[in-house]
Amino acid sequence: MNFSEVFKQSNQLCKVSPDGKYLATCVQYRLVVRDVITLQILNLYTCLDQISHMEWSSDSQFILCAMYKRGLVQVWSLEQPDWHCKIDEGSIGLVASRWSPDGRHILNTTEFHLRITVWSLCTKAVSYIKNPKACHKGIDFSRDGCYMALAERRDCKDYVCVFVCDDWHLLRHFETETQDLVGLEWSPNGCVLAVWDSCLEYKVLLYSLDGRLLFTYSAYEWSLGVKSVAWSPSSQFLAIGSYDEKVRILNHITWKKIAQFEHPAVITTTKVVVYKEMEKRSAAGNEELSLHNLTMDSTLFGNQSKYEILPSPVQMPVVRPDPDRPNPKIGVSTLAFSSDSRYLATKNDNIASVIWVWNMEKMSLEAVLEQMSAVRCFQWDPRCPRLAICTGNTNIYLWTPTGCVSVQVPSDDGGFQVHSLMWHCHGDPLILLGKDQLCLCYINTGNEDK
Amino acid sequence: MGQLDQSPLPLHRKSQMFTNFCTEHNVPECVTHINQELLSLGLPPVWAQSGSSTDVNIVLVLNCMYDLLQLHRRDLQTVENMEMEQLKSSNNVDSLQLTITRLKEQLEVAKRENTGLHERERQLQLKVKTLQNGLKNDKEEIHKLQNIVSSRASQYNHETKRKEREFNKLKERLNQLLVDKKEKRLAIDVSNKLERTDGRRSLWKTEKTQAKHEGEMYKTLLKDYESRQRDLLLENAELRKVLKQMKNEMMGILTSRRSTDKGDKQDNGTLEVDSDVEEGIDSCQESVEPFSIQTREKLTNSVGRQWRRLKNHMERLDSRDYSEDIDNGPQETSNEMDKLRLVVRQCKDYIQEQQHLLQQKLGAYCVESSMLSDCHMFQEKDSLRDEWKNLEDQKKNFERERRNFTEAAIRLSQERKTFEEDRAMWLKQQILNLSPFADSKKPQRSKSQCAFQISETESSRALLPERSSTSPTLGHAPSVASSTSDLLHTLSFICENSSTKPKKSEDTGDTSFLAAKHKWWISGGDHSNLALSWEHGSI
Repeated sequence: MNFSEVFKQSNQLCKVSPDGKYLATCVQYRLVVRDVITLQILNLYTCLDQISHMEWSSDSQFILCAMYKRGLVQVWSLEQPDWHCKIDEGSIGLVASRWSPDGRHILNTTEFHLRITVWSLCTKAVSYIKNPKACHKGIDFSRDGCYMALAERRDCKDYVCVFVCDDWHLLRHFETETQDLVGLEWSPNGCVLAVWDSCLEYKVLLYSLDGRLLFTYSAYEWSLGVKSVAWSPSSQFLAIGSYDEKVRILNHITWKKIAQFEHPAVITTTKVVVYKEMEKRSAAGNEELSLHNLTMDSTLFGNQSKYEILPSPVQMPVVRPDPDRPNPKIGVSTLAFSSDSRYLATKNDNIASVIWVWNMEKMSLEAVLEQMSAVRCFQWDPRCPRLAICTGNTNIYLWTPTGCVSVQVPSDDGGFQVHSLMWHCHGDPLILLGKDQLCLCYINTGNEDK
Repeated sequence: MGQLDQSPLPLHRKSQMFTNFCTEHNVPECVTHINQELLSLGLPPVWAQSGSSTDVNIVLVLNCMYDLLQLHRRDLQTVENMEMEQLKSSNNVDSLQLTITRLKEQLEVAKRENTGLHERERQLQLKVKTLQNGLKNDKEEIHKLQNIVSSRASQYNHETKRKEREFNKLKERLNQLLVDKKEKRLAIDVSNKLERTDGRRSLWKTEKTQAKHEGEMYKTLLKDYESRQRDLLLENAELRKVLKQMKNEMMGILTSRRSTDKGDKQDNGTLEVDSDVEEGIDSCQESVEPFSIQTREKLTNSVGRQWRRLKNHMERLDSRDYSEDIDNGPQETSNEMDKLRLVVRQCKDYIQEQQHLLQQKLGAYCVESSMLSDCHMFQEKDSLRDEWKNLEDQKKNFERERRNFTEAAIRLSQERKTFEEDRAMWLKQQILNLSPFADSKKPQRSKSQCAFQISETESSRALLPERSSTSPTLGHAPSVASSTSDLLHTLSFICENSSTKPKKSEDTGDTSFLAAKHKWWISGGDHSNLALSWEHGSI
């Protein structure tokens, strides 16, 4: 495993281009584009203000930099660094900005969600979409880039608008039976739209592409409802994580619940492998305390850790949340399917330092990883079933069906704390983001040691 | 007479009685009295009242006595019997009284228990009632709370809707204010317009495009449904194949069993029916079409039937085997078990060996820390460094030797040069001697020549191996010449030879040597003077 040197970045803005060749990072008001393999700086652009959001276009030719405070969006071209584009929303303000799937239109959401402005870079034309809903996930593009689903709120009722991204033609407009729509997501095959209600009511609605309601799913009433929703990449399963610490899996043929995964405080089955991160105390007498070693890597004083397998029954460290506060830290907040849909990784918020890995072929718990501190971010490798986890300390953790390993990120000043991570679209390298630093980890470098 | 005691007196009082009852004076009264007594007892009288004789009939008296004795004995017997019976009955009475007391105690205890149980039951019933009441109360409370929650929820909904409407109004107002405000500056500023990604021009929004979009949308949906249906049909066909296979195998097992069985003849008929049904199903096996309900039912029924038959057979076989093959079975199985155990043990030993070897190997590089791997790296680096040092030393040695060789070669060539110079001098002398007044020196010359030759050859020979050691390419013996031209040639050759050094020597050395030689040729040295003088002389 090789680690690149540490680069600066601000605002956790670091994205790999969709074709996998370039890495764009933001440092204050500058945009730095590097080559992914050599990490040489290819282009350097300067924006007018501190960049709040940065996004690659789908053809990897343009980068969008949004500055929400100034209400500005600047677009840069990779091929022609002289080409410039500036979109000024003026006093109407800017809250969100994104590319359309064809890479030639920019959708700006104004302040207070008054409207969404669609700017065309081909014709300089403008279109407006009124009454977009201000919710957690109000816009979703289908994976093939043909359709856009938008949540709309009009006269205290929720609607879903389906647009054709080609010419922004409104294909379908229908009302949803939700109290307060909070999110919508296309299935990966683009034929089904999942719409879910706020946590005050457990309701998940499934609409087909032409607007017909296929199924309504509600597991229970009155308690806090849906916390997270995820489609499996094969579109076969819809996983719904809720505040009652359970994940319910619906199948795509009958939309009935086929499995229910629970996150208990005590694990008693013997078929599950429970990994627990323990601190590794290195014996000082064995290593050479030469100055060379000390300066090379501060692993001697850093916290190295390793995994141990615990025998069942295992007790999980449960943290009871305060029942009087809103948005309690309870329930399944994060779900992630592996790229081959074989595994599902979940995180239950009242056992925040534990990741649960479920086997979707057997519909049962496969492994449990207990970390020393709360898990901040985890993501599956886009090529193989490999899960990368970070908990805010200087280690990154990798799990595969054959085992798991804890690796410390080397750094000169002894403290690269990994706040989030993302995989390159080809699976290697793994990009680690600290508070204002960035580092790449190359995993497959000839001889792998695990 | 006095009052006579009528009670039966004990025998030991007999003498008293007799003395008291009858005296010599009251005999007839006594006799009449006794007669009366006897008559009352039912015995014949002792004395018949004839009046005249007061003689008592002895026979009658004895008979009377005998009867009385018999009566007495009988009475005693009855008394004994009655006493026995009385004892028995008193024993019975005692035992009965004991049982009575015991039963009474038991009754008491049972009554007490009964009351206790009654008490407990009462308490439990009370508890049940209270729990039921509690449950009812809780249910009512739940209902109430649910009602409260739903009413609050509807109230909150109403409130949020109201707030939302207000918010919408604000938004509209804001929108109006912001949109109406005409902004002079261009909202978008692009240096040049871009092309679309697909390179075509965008189309106007017409009904045709709308219809096209609808059509495309339905196409995607249909494609998805079709692919799903295809997958399901394939899966269905596979499952059907597996089912059919299972059925055939079961039938195969059953028929093979049937050849050994004697009974079950009635199954044959049903078997034929089954095969007909299966043929019917086989014919449409190739198509992936969904079966009609009837064929589906037939298939599942036939499979179910076969399975049930197989199950019965297995049960029968199990029961039979257990009774008949009790001798053979266990032996065979035990043999096989032993064999298997042996194999398992061997495999385990093998696996342990492998593990041991693996651990040994992995023990060398098992830890995944970078530190240890660096240690290995350092070790390797050190060894490499040592080897490199060795190589460098060797290289230095070689260099030194080569320098020595070159120096030796230089020295040798210098010596040769001096020798050649001497020779040249000598030759010069010879030449001088060769002049008209050199007869005396002829033999010397020849000798010297010979000597020269010899020395030449010697030197050449001596030179040759050295030459060959330093540069094998060079080295051909300078030709020995006796004539002047040859001498001159050799002289020039000497110069050439001395100028052509072995290749390996450095150029600087070469040039310096040449320079030295040149100097020698130009400046000092008898050789040049001699040459000059010789030339001078010749002229």
